[in-house]
Amino acid sequence: MSLLEVDGVVVQFGGVIAVNGAGFTAEAGRVTGLIGPNGAGKTTCFNVISGLQKPNRGTIRFDGRTVTGAPVHRRSKRGMGRTFQRLEAFGSLSVRDNVRVAFDIHRGITGLLRPVAADVDALLERVGISAYARDRADSIPTGTARLLELARCLAADPKLLLLDEPSSGLDEAETDAFGELLRGLAAEGRGILMVEHDMDLVMTVCDEIHVLDFGEVIASGAPADIRANPRVQEAYLGYSDPADETRHDLPPVELTSELPAVQEVST
Amino acid sequence: MSSLLSFTILGLFTGAAYAIAASGLVLTYTTTRVFNIAHGAFGMVMAFTFWDFSQRQGMPVWLALFLVLGVVAPGTGWFIQRFVTRGLGEGPVSVALVVTVGLFVGCIGMAQQIWPPAARTVPPFFPASGLEVAGTYVTAHQIITIVLSAVVALLLYLLLNRTRIGTAMRASVDNPDLLRLFGGKPTQVASLSWAVGTSLAALAGILLVPIIGLDYYALTLLVINAYAAAMLGGLKSLPLTFAGAMGLGIMQSFAVAYLPAQGALAGIRAVVPALFLFSVIVLMPQAQLRIGQVKGIVSAPLPSTTKALSWGAALMVVAALLATSMSQANLLLVGTAATYAMVMLSLVLLTGYGGHVSLAQLTFAGVGALAYAKLDEPNLYGLLLSALVAGAVGALVALPVLRLTGLYLALSTLAFGVLMDKMIFQADYAFGYNGTLKAERLSLLGVHVDSTGAYVVVMVAFFVLMGLALLLLRRGAIGRLLIAMRDSPQACGTLGLDLRWFRVGLFGASAAMAGLAGALFAGLRGTIGAADFQFFNSLPLLLLAVVFGVTSVTGAALGGVGLMLLPVLQSSNPGAAGAIFAVIGFGAVALGRDPNGLSNLVFSLGRRLDKRFGLRTRLPLLGTRRTPGDDGSVEVPLHRLDPAEAAAVSAPAASKEVPAHVAP
Repeated sequence: MSLLEVDGVVVQFGGVIAVNGAGFTAEAGRVTGLIGPNGAGKTTCFNVISGLQKPNRGTIRFDGRTVTGAPVHRRSKRGMGRTFQRLEAFGSLSVRDNVRVAFDIHRGITGLLRPVAADVDALLERVGISAYARDRADSIPTGTARLLELARCLAADPKLLLLDEPSSGLDEAETDAFGELLRGLAAEGRGILMVEHDMDLVMTVCDEIHVLDFGEVIASGAPADIRANPRVQEAYLGYSDPADETRHDLPPVELTSELPAVQEVST
Repeated sequence: MSSLLSFTILGLFTGAAYAIAASGLVLTYTTTRVFNIAHGAFGMVMAFTFWDFSQRQGMPVWLALFLVLGVVAPGTGWFIQRFVTRGLGEGPVSVALVVTVGLFVGCIGMAQQIWPPAARTVPPFFPASGLEVAGTYVTAHQIITIVLSAVVALLLYLLLNRTRIGTAMRASVDNPDLLRLFGGKPTQVASLSWAVGTSLAALAGILLVPIIGLDYYALTLLVINAYAAAMLGGLKSLPLTFAGAMGLGIMQSFAVAYLPAQGALAGIRAVVPALFLFSVIVLMPQAQLRIGQVKGIVSAPLPSTTKALSWGAALMVVAALLATSMSQANLLLVGTAATYAMVMLSLVLLTGYGGHVSLAQLTFAGVGALAYAKLDEPNLYGLLLSALVAGAVGALVALPVLRLTGLYLALSTLAFGVLMDKMIFQADYAFGYNGTLKAERLSLLGVHVDSTGAYVVVMVAFFVLMGLALLLLRRGAIGRLLIAMRDSPQACGTLGLDLRWFRVGLFGASAAMAGLAGALFAGLRGTIGAADFQFFNSLPLLLLAVVFGVTSVTGAALGGVGLMLLPVLQSSNPGAAGAIFAVIGFGAVALGRDPNGLSNLVFSLGRRLDKRFGLRTRLPLLGTRRTPGDDGSVEVPLHRLDPAEAAAVSAPAASKEVPAHVAP
């Protein structure tokens, strides 16, 4: 039995089908990648798994229980932690206090009596952002804020980590260190499900990869298989043979957001 | 039978006017995400303008109508959107609420200033004409109103579905940035929708004026009916909004016709819209949490314990000095200021720390006062029990909106305020109709505090204690949690916090603080009535709290004094009574985006003095200046808002010391 089982999830926003019967799993002690082109429904899947979005259909099983209708905080109590593609750090608090809040929430009222400072510092050290401990969270670089969100998750000692583009904003050396960190977290027995655009990182770190396109899982397998899969190449590049002509008649379009119903956009 | 028909027609008529107002509200909300509390106030001002044009200046009705609906109202809407509410939709709901409440109060003040209270009438359209329908006489005015609502519905449908700008309007609802990307102009769309929305408010006001009269408050509060209708449509659907408005109009008309005019049920007639609003909010489907970006707001500096204690002691000394030197009447004013300051402290907890807005905080004070008078236990026990009662009522108000977000919570407090005002407070088991209750002064630990001076000192002591408790709370785990919840409720949820109960607890605690203030006030005054806690007065209270800074104890203290001085100022300058109101309203509009308000001036002055004189004495002791973060807070305000907004928000001197970083 897998740690996380997503089965037949459908999410519709008005007439748009963001997720169309997606089903995949994530195992404990392994790093699972969830990749796909922009707008494929990856973040929507994360929202459904973590409970921020109600699916129109489908079920989510986590740690042997169906959690499809459970509220966000209960899933967290069962051992699910997540980070956000669009950062959700507590901007007016210092980096250290961000993690401290996570400990406070996790430990509840009785935990308030126990000192947490040492635990907080250990976590900041582990993800490598101790240098920023005293800075306000809305003043630190994006990459650091992502690591902060990871540290905040880890405060609750989760069984499953949902990481939404955790490495964007990190430079090459930082990304390597981050890959190491992920392997370490998985070695502790945690399951990691990661949405990521950095293919080098995905290919080196993941044990298994699911590819999402137009809200459907089009391929699942080990990194090497995924790399060789023609359907995946087509989904990513629009054609399966890179030698095919590239369209030059259209200006490049930068997508600034996911679907509006889920995400508020600010410039 | 004919009476049923005539009441139905009357209901359809008012419903049609509500529908026109509500569709304007929906239009502005959907395109800019700013819920305009002042929508009814705009309608009121425009109705007065129409009176001015048609009656005072003697213009023909058609010309006055054209000028108001075609020029003044759209111009005002455009101006407000362009210069006041622009960009508010992307910010926290509390800021948008405060700014539009500011407009609300400002409009009332302005109207009172321009058109001082006097008897004015606006005749209905074609007063002599009418039709006989199945034995019931229907006036031309009623027919025109019902027809106009259908015309408005049709025109809005055509505008939204058949024109280019209408398509752009619908697109900007979903995603203004994407619209800009595709060559649309969200700002133009927003301005247009506010222009149209204000015209619709004006039309509704003008249509209703012959029935309810030219009254500053009655017309303004009519908007509650529009809110209720708009809520039924989820603030989105125009057909549902129209249905809601018609249903509400008919329900109201039937309530007047068929509910008993005497007895316990009599009060219901006046609160049908508020009840309707409340039930719609309760029945609304669960809100989707929005996922945004790193938000930090400018927090007020957190004073050190020594500093807080010494300021508290200083305040006590001042109170003691005043108590021995002032006249009885003036001492009552000081006590009133202390009451207001305590109620504002409850807003510091709720709004400043928690990011939620209550539009009826004074009503909670009234609940506390009522409980204190009814309990007749003038001691610490009775006082705390009264606070608990108010807290429980506050939690009850927040309970139904557990699943919803800020705007709905604020609107449910509004419905609650109106309900209490018109039904509960005036009931026989409460203060009674225009009645008062006696309340005794407090005995503390066996000592009866009899003289007004001593009582005022006790009140100030309570303020100081509450302020210190609040600062202690802010420093600890709960304070961090509150800030975290304000910054990102969804992250708190994914970290395992049950936001709903936390929010109810916060609301209850804040109501309890206000209730304690009310109970103390009851003891101060000796006799209290419903008039002391009128719902409407909660709005200037909220505004002054924001103007003086809703994030700090300092702001609450200053705000309390300010609110106490307000009626004093107004009675000494009766000619400028409206203008004072307007200044407060528009002041809140100007300062609404800066949560620290005028207190920032005090803080920056303190910092400057500290730099000038404090540094020299401290240097040899510590070697370095105190670095922020020791107490779990960061003192220097930074913000992440976009540059244009940041410029507007940045307080006079608060952000000078460290440049503002904007997360890339």
